[in-house]
Amino acid sequence: MPTILGCPMRPGWTYAGAVSPQPHALWPGVALHVVSGKGGTGKTTVAAALALALAKDGRRTLLMEVEGRQGIAQLFDVPPLPYEERRVAVAPGKGEVWALAVDAQEALLDYLELFYNLRRAGSALRKMGAVDFATTIAPGLRDVLLTGKACEVVRRKEKGASDAYDAVVLDAPPTGRIAKFLNVNSEVSGLAKVGPIRNHADLVMNVIASPRTAVHLVTLLEEMPVQETMDGVAELQQEGLPVGGVFVNMTRTPVLTEEQLQQSRSGNLPIGEIAELAKQSGLRQDPALVAAALVQEAQDHAERVDLERRERARLDELKLPTVDLPLLSDGVDLGGLYELAKIMGEAGVR
Amino acid sequence: MRAPGFRLDAPLLDIDDVLADPKIRIIVCTGAGGVGKTTTAAALALRAAECGRGVCVLTIDPAKRLAQAMGLSVLDNTPRQVPGVTSPDGSGSLHAMMLDMKRTFDEVVEGHADPDRAQAILANPFYQALSSSFAGTQEYMAMEKLGQLRTRADSEGTWDLIVVDTPPSRSALDFLDAPARLGSFLDGRFIRILTAPARGAGRGIGKLAALGFGIFTGVLNKILGAQVLTDIGTFVAAIDTTFGGFRERADATYALLKDPGTAFVVIAAPERDALREASYFVERLQADGMPLAGLVVNRVQQITLPDVTPEQALAAAERLTEDSSSARLTAAMLRLHAERQQIAARQRHLAERFTAAHPGVPATTVPALAEDVHDLPGLREIGDYLAAPT
Repeated sequence: MPTILGCPMRPGWTYAGAVSPQPHALWPGVALHVVSGKGGTGKTTVAAALALALAKDGRRTLLMEVEGRQGIAQLFDVPPLPYEERRVAVAPGKGEVWALAVDAQEALLDYLELFYNLRRAGSALRKMGAVDFATTIAPGLRDVLLTGKACEVVRRKEKGASDAYDAVVLDAPPTGRIAKFLNVNSEVSGLAKVGPIRNHADLVMNVIASPRTAVHLVTLLEEMPVQETMDGVAELQQEGLPVGGVFVNMTRTPVLTEEQLQQSRSGNLPIGEIAELAKQSGLRQDPALVAAALVQEAQDHAERVDLERRERARLDELKLPTVDLPLLSDGVDLGGLYELAKIMGEAGVR
Repeated sequence: MRAPGFRLDAPLLDIDDVLADPKIRIIVCTGAGGVGKTTTAAALALRAAECGRGVCVLTIDPAKRLAQAMGLSVLDNTPRQVPGVTSPDGSGSLHAMMLDMKRTFDEVVEGHADPDRAQAILANPFYQALSSSFAGTQEYMAMEKLGQLRTRADSEGTWDLIVVDTPPSRSALDFLDAPARLGSFLDGRFIRILTAPARGAGRGIGKLAALGFGIFTGVLNKILGAQVLTDIGTFVAAIDTTFGGFRERADATYALLKDPGTAFVVIAAPERDALREASYFVERLQADGMPLAGLVVNRVQQITLPDVTPEQALAAAERLTEDSSSARLTAAMLRLHAERQQIAARQRHLAERFTAAHPGVPATTVPALAEDVHDLPGLREIGDYLAAPT
C-alpha cells in the first residue's frame, strides 16, 4: 500500500498534501500525434515537448520532422539529423526521445527497397532525375512518402512483437496545408487511380484516419492564428481526419488584477496619484511623464487581455481538449522543453 | 501614433526613400511564415500610392478582413483599383489583386495554345494535379503573375510600382528556387526521356541512359502505374509543341528580380526561427547579387518609457507600501513596465544577433499593435512606423 508521511493511504480517499489525482488522460490509445499550427506559433517546440511528455516513465517516443528545416536538431542542440533514427533526449523516469528528419528522396528509396527490393536501382534513378521528379515535382507523391514513413514507424514491431515506439510525434506542415498533407488519398487520386501508389496511399490512410492518430493544432491567442485553427479543425473534420486537441502557446498571466484591468479599460486611472506615488517610490524621472507612460501601458495591457479572452472564447466553441503553455521568459532551450513537457503531463498528456 | 519599437544597432531603413525612388519598380516582401508579409506588403503599397505612385499590389493569401479592406471581394485574378486611394495631388493610385494559382496556370495555357489543344491540356489529369497541388506551383505562378504585371505596366503604364507578397513556403528561399525547379523539370532531360519511348530509347540520350531507361520506366510504372506515365507523356507533348520554354519564362522573371529596379524587403518577427530564416534569405540575395532594401523586424514590443529600466521599475515597486488601492495599482503598473522592458530587451538581443552578422543591412522595427490590421487606417499606421522610426 502506498504511504504518505508514513501513514498508509487508503484507495479512494483524498489526502491533503498528497499528489492530486491525476487528470483524465488525454488522447488514450493514440500512437501517432500530428502537430500542426500557423507559422510562428511554435509548432516544432510543441511537438518536441509533446514527444518528451509522452516519453515519461520509461517509454520511448519518436519525433519526426518532414520539412527539411532541421528544427529538431536546433531545439535539442544536437548536430543536424541524418535520415536515421537517433536518440536526442532522455525523459524523467528513463524515457527516451528519438528523432528522425525524414527526407522525401530517402523515403522513396526506402519505399522501393521495402516493397520492390530495388534500392540498388536508386543511384541510376537519381542520375536520371527520376528521384527528383518523384519527390519534388509529382504532385502529392512527396506527401505520400512522408506520411508513409510515419505510418511505417507506427506499425513497426520489435522482435518481441511490441511496438518499436510507444508514440510517434510528427512535426507536420502548417495548418493551411495540413488537411491536404494528411489526406493522401485525395491527393493521389488525381494522379493515380489504380496501381501501387494508390495501394500505398490506402494503407497510409488506414493509419491516419483511424483512432490511433490525433491531429493537434498549435495556436496563439491572436486573431489570425485562432482563425486558422478554427478553419483547420473544420477542414480536418470535414475530411474525416481525427482532431486531437489545441495547444495554446505562449500564454501570459495578466499582471494587473481584474479590478485594475477594469479601471484601465474605463480610462479611470488616478493619474495624479500615480505620479505622486511614482515620485515617492524613488524614481528620479519626471513623475508626470512616468505616470502618463504607465497609464498608457496599463491600457495597452487591458486591451491585449480583452483580445486574448475574445480569442479564447472562440477556441472554446471548438469543444476540444485544450492545453495552455506559458510564454517561457528565457526563450526556448532544452530546459524550456522539459518545463513545457511537465505542464503537458499535468494537463493529462501521458 | 502609439509608442514606437526599439532602435536597432544598424543603419536605419527609411522606407520612404525606397518608395519615392522612381527607379524602383518592384518591391518583394519576403520572410518566414506568420511574420506579417501580407500586411507589410499592403501597407507599403498604400503608402507608395499616397506618395503619388501608381501601385499594384499582388497578395498571395490575405486574411479575409484585410482583403475586404482593399476591396478584394471578387476573386478574378486581375488587379482591381482600391477606391478612394490617391495622393494629395491626385496622381497616386492603388490596384490590388489576390493570386489564383490555378487560374494563372490555366491562363498561361490558354494564352499560348490554340483552343483545342488548350482544352486537351486543361483536361489532362496530370496537368490538373500539377496546377493545383504541386508544392512549387504557387511560387512559379507568383513569378509568372509578376512578369505579366510588369509587362502590362510597360505597355499600358497603368502602374509604375509592383509590390509582391510571397507565398507561405516551407522556406522563403522557395520563392527564388521553385520556379527554376519546375521550369527545368518541364524542359528537362528526364521528361524528354519519359515522353520519347516512341522515338526509341537509345537515340540521343546516350548508352548509359538507354541502359537505365528500361529499369527506369519499369520502376516508374511500378510506382505510379502506367496510366500516370501516359498522362504525363500526353501533357508534355501537348505543351511542348504549343509553347516551349517554361524555364525561359522562369529565367526571364528571375532576371527581373536581379534588376536594380527591384528592392527586396525581408520581414522577420523578433524570434529566433524567423530571424534565422531572414539571415538565410539575406545571404542568398547577397550571393546572387540581388538588391536588398533592408530588414523589417515586425511586431516588436512597444517602448513607452525607455528611461526607466526594468531593475529601476521593480525596485520602485518594492519601495511602495501597498496600503491603498492606488499604491497597489502603481506597484502593479511598475511591474508591468518591467515585464515589457524585459521582453523588448530580449527581442532586441535576438534582432541584434542578425544585425551583427549582417552589419551593412539597413533595418527598422514595427511595434506590435494590440489588434490585427483590417482597414486602410490600420495599414496607414503600419506605413507610418515603417517610414518614421525613432
